[in-house]
Amino acid sequence: MSQLVRKAIRSNEFYVFLVIAAVCLLIQARSGQFFTANNLVDLANAMVVPGLFAIGAFLVIVSGGIDVSFPALASLAVYAVTRLLVDSHYQGGILLPFALVIGLGAVLGAFNGLFTSRLTVPSLIITLGTANVFSGVMQGALSSVQIPKIPPAMADFGRGSLFVATNPVSGLTSSMPVSFLILLAVLAAVFFLLRYTMFGRGVFAIGGDGSAAARAGFSVRWTKFWLYVIVGVIAAVAGLIRTCGMGQMHPTNLLGMEMMVIAAVVLGGTAITGGTGSLTGVMLGTLLIVIVENSMILLGIPTFWQQFSLGLLIIVGTGISALQIARSGNGLRAALR
Amino acid sequence: MVENVLAVRGVSKSFAGVQALSDINLDIRPGEIHCLAGENGSGKSTLIKVISGVHDPDEGSIEINGVPHTRLTPVEAIAAGVQVIYQDFSVFPNLTVMENLALNTELASKRKLVNWRRFRRIAEQAVAKIDFSVDLDQLVGRLSVADKQLVAISRALMSDAKLIIMDEPTTALTKKEVDALFRIILDLKARGIATLFVSHKLEEVFEISERFTIIRNGRAVATCLPEELNRKTFTQYMTGRDFEDAHFQVGELPAQPVLEARGLTVNGAFSDVSFSLRPGEILGITGLLGSGRTELAMTLFGAYRKDAGELLVKGSPVQFAGIRGAIASGIGYVPEDRLTEGLFLERTIADNVVIAQIDQLVVGGLFDRTRKGTSAAEWVRDLKIATPDPENAANTLSGGNQQRIVLAKWLATKPDILILNGPTVGVDIGSKHDIHEILRELARAGIAVIIISDDIPEVIQNCSRVLLMKAGRITDEVDPATVTEHQLAELMTGESDQEGERR
Repeated sequence: MSQLVRKAIRSNEFYVFLVIAAVCLLIQARSGQFFTANNLVDLANAMVVPGLFAIGAFLVIVSGGIDVSFPALASLAVYAVTRLLVDSHYQGGILLPFALVIGLGAVLGAFNGLFTSRLTVPSLIITLGTANVFSGVMQGALSSVQIPKIPPAMADFGRGSLFVATNPVSGLTSSMPVSFLILLAVLAAVFFLLRYTMFGRGVFAIGGDGSAAARAGFSVRWTKFWLYVIVGVIAAVAGLIRTCGMGQMHPTNLLGMEMMVIAAVVLGGTAITGGTGSLTGVMLGTLLIVIVENSMILLGIPTFWQQFSLGLLIIVGTGISALQIARSGNGLRAALR
Repeated sequence: MVENVLAVRGVSKSFAGVQALSDINLDIRPGEIHCLAGENGSGKSTLIKVISGVHDPDEGSIEINGVPHTRLTPVEAIAAGVQVIYQDFSVFPNLTVMENLALNTELASKRKLVNWRRFRRIAEQAVAKIDFSVDLDQLVGRLSVADKQLVAISRALMSDAKLIIMDEPTTALTKKEVDALFRIILDLKARGIATLFVSHKLEEVFEISERFTIIRNGRAVATCLPEELNRKTFTQYMTGRDFEDAHFQVGELPAQPVLEARGLTVNGAFSDVSFSLRPGEILGITGLLGSGRTELAMTLFGAYRKDAGELLVKGSPVQFAGIRGAIASGIGYVPEDRLTEGLFLERTIADNVVIAQIDQLVVGGLFDRTRKGTSAAEWVRDLKIATPDPENAANTLSGGNQQRIVLAKWLATKPDILILNGPTVGVDIGSKHDIHEILRELARAGIAVIIISDDIPEVIQNCSRVLLMKAGRITDEVDPATVTEHQLAELMTGESDQEGERR
C-alpha cells in the first residue's frame, strides 16, 4: 500500500490534482460560489467538448505525433452534415446525425491517417496542412454561413438534461447535459482500447520508439492510420455535441481551440515527445483549464487576466514536463531534435 | 542436427547502383560464437539486414537450419530462430520491463487483446532463462545500459532462438558487464544457441570468438580461427592497407615546458596532479572511466575551475576564467563526445572548421565569407577530409572524417597545446591511423599534444610518455617504449576493481 502511495506522489497527475485543489479552494474562499451544485454542473458541462478533443489529441501525442487539425475536421464534418439535414428538412431522430457525423469524421480522419502513415513528414506539418484544407473546403466549397436553425432532433439533444442543479442561495439553475454520458462512454472505450488491446499498446510502443515497434512486429502504418480515423470520429462527435448544445451551427466556433486542448493534454503529464501519459492526467489537465476559463469570473477577475493566467499555466505546465524529459537523459536528444 | 544453423550462399546486394555486398558466403554452426568484423560502411549492417529478412538479396540465398530462403521476411527469420539484438537494443523506454518482454511473443501469436496476467507470466519465463533479476514493473528507460541489453537478450531467447546476432554489444559496457555478458553467451552456447558478434574492435571479442569472418567493401576477405589472427593481420584484412606499428619517437625537445601543472586539484574529481609538457611531446594520460582523466582535461581547458594548485603556460601562472581564456592562451581541446560537444552536425563542414577562429574572420564587425571559404578549403585539403564540397553538412561524413573536422577547427586557432580526449573513439581503423599520423606530424611541428585515452595500444604507440590516473591521482609514469600493453592494462585495472563500476 505504501508503495502505491509513493508511486502516486511521484506521478504528474498528483501535482495537477494539487493545483486544481488549490485553485478550487482559492475560488471558494474568495467567492463562496465554487462548491455550489450549479457551478459544479456548469463545469461538467463545459468539460464535455474540450474533454473529447483532449482524448483525441492525447491519442495522437502518445503515438509520437501531434494533431492540430481536429477543430477544423470537426467543423467541416458537422457543418456538412447539418447543411445536408437542414436542406433536406430532416425531421427524424438524433441517431442519423450522429451516424453521418461519425462516418464523415472517419473519412476525414482517414485523410490525415493516409498522409501521416505514408509520408515521413512530421504530423504537425501534415495536420497544419489538412486543417487549412478542411476549413478551406468548409468556407470555400461549401461557402459556410451560420445556420441559425438546426434540425429539431439536434436541438432537442442539445437541450436534453440528465438532472438540474439549483443554487439554493442565488436560485440559479444549471442542467447536466446528456452529452456528458458520451464523454464518459468515450473515456471508457479509449481506456479499454489503450489498456487492453494490442492496438492500444502499439500506440504506446510507436510513441516510445517507432523503429523498435516495427521490429517487434507492430504494423506501424496500419496502427497510425486507424488511430487517426478514431481521432477523427471523436473530434467530429465533439463538434456535433457543441453544435447541438449551442442550438445553432456556427462554423468557426471551434477553430483555434487546438492550442488550449494540446496544452491541457501536456499539463496533464503527457510527454510531448510521445509514449507516456494517462487519461487521468488528460482529464485533470482539461479540468484545470476549464476551471480557470470558467471560474475566474467568480473572483471578479477581468477576462484578459484569464487569458494571461491560461498562458502562464501552459508555460509552467509544459516547462515542468520539458524539464522532466531533459532530466530523464535519453530525452535530451529528443528535445534537441 | 543440421551442419549449419545459418548458411549464407553467394549473397549480393546493391542500393541505387552502389554494391553493398558482393558474393558473400558465411557459415555458422550450431552453438558457434562467430565474429563478423569490418569497418564502418564495409557492409556488416547490410549483411545483418539480409540475414534477418529486412532486405532481400539481389542474388544468392540464405539457408536457416538447412532450409533455403530467397525472399526471407523479418517474421520468417524470427520464426526460423534468427534474432537480432540491435545496438540500441530496440526496447521501448516508456514501457515496463514486463511489457517489453511480452509484446513480441504476443504479437507473434497474433493476439488482439491484452491479458496482463499472461504478460507477467511470459516476462517471468523470459528473465528466468538467463537468471536475470530485475523489477518487472520498472520502466526500461530507467535501467542501466547493461540491464537494457539483458532485457533484449531475454526477449530474443523467448522465441526459441537458434542464432542470436549482436550488433556491437560491448560498446557501452564496463569491463564487469562485458564479463557478465560473455558468461551468458557461453551459457547459450552450452544450450546449442549460436551467437554472431558484429564488431570492429578485435580486443573486445577476441577472447570469446571461435571464428572470425572479416568483410571489406562488401566482400568477405577472410574467414579464420582466432589463432590465425593478430592485430596486424586483423587490421590488414579490415582496411586492406598496411600500417607500421612504429612507436612515436620524439626529437630534441626544448628545455622550457609549455604547460606545467603543480598540485592541481578539483574537489571531488582529482587531486594533487603535477606534470610538465614540452613542445613537441605527445603526453598520454590514461585511466579507467571515473579515474578523473576527463575532469583533468576539462580543467586544463578552463571548463572547470581549479580548487588548488598552479597551472603555468609558458612559465607564467594562469587562472582561466573559462574556455575563452584557455583558447587565448593557445590551448585547443578535442572533446570525448564529438557529436554533442565538438560539432554542429547540421551546419556545413566549412562553418564547423572556422568556428573557433571566427574572431579572425571578422572585418570591420562583419563576417568575411570569402576568407572563410579559403580557410576552410585549406583545412579540408590538409587533413584529407573526404568530401566533395565543404558546404555539405557535417553529419554527412563518417566518424573518422568528423573527427578530422574537430581537429581542423582547433588547428585553425594555431594552438601551442592540443588536448584530445578519446581522439579515436568510434572511428574505424583506417581513419584511426590517419588521425594518429596527423597528431605525430603536429608534434613534430612543435605543438605539445596531450592524448587522454583508455585505448592502451593507442597511448603506447603514439605517446612519448604516459601518465596513469587512478581514483583522481596520478599513480604512475611509464615509458611506452619499455612497457607492454599487458603490463599497462594490469596497472590500470589492478587491485582497484571497484573503480570499474563507477560510471
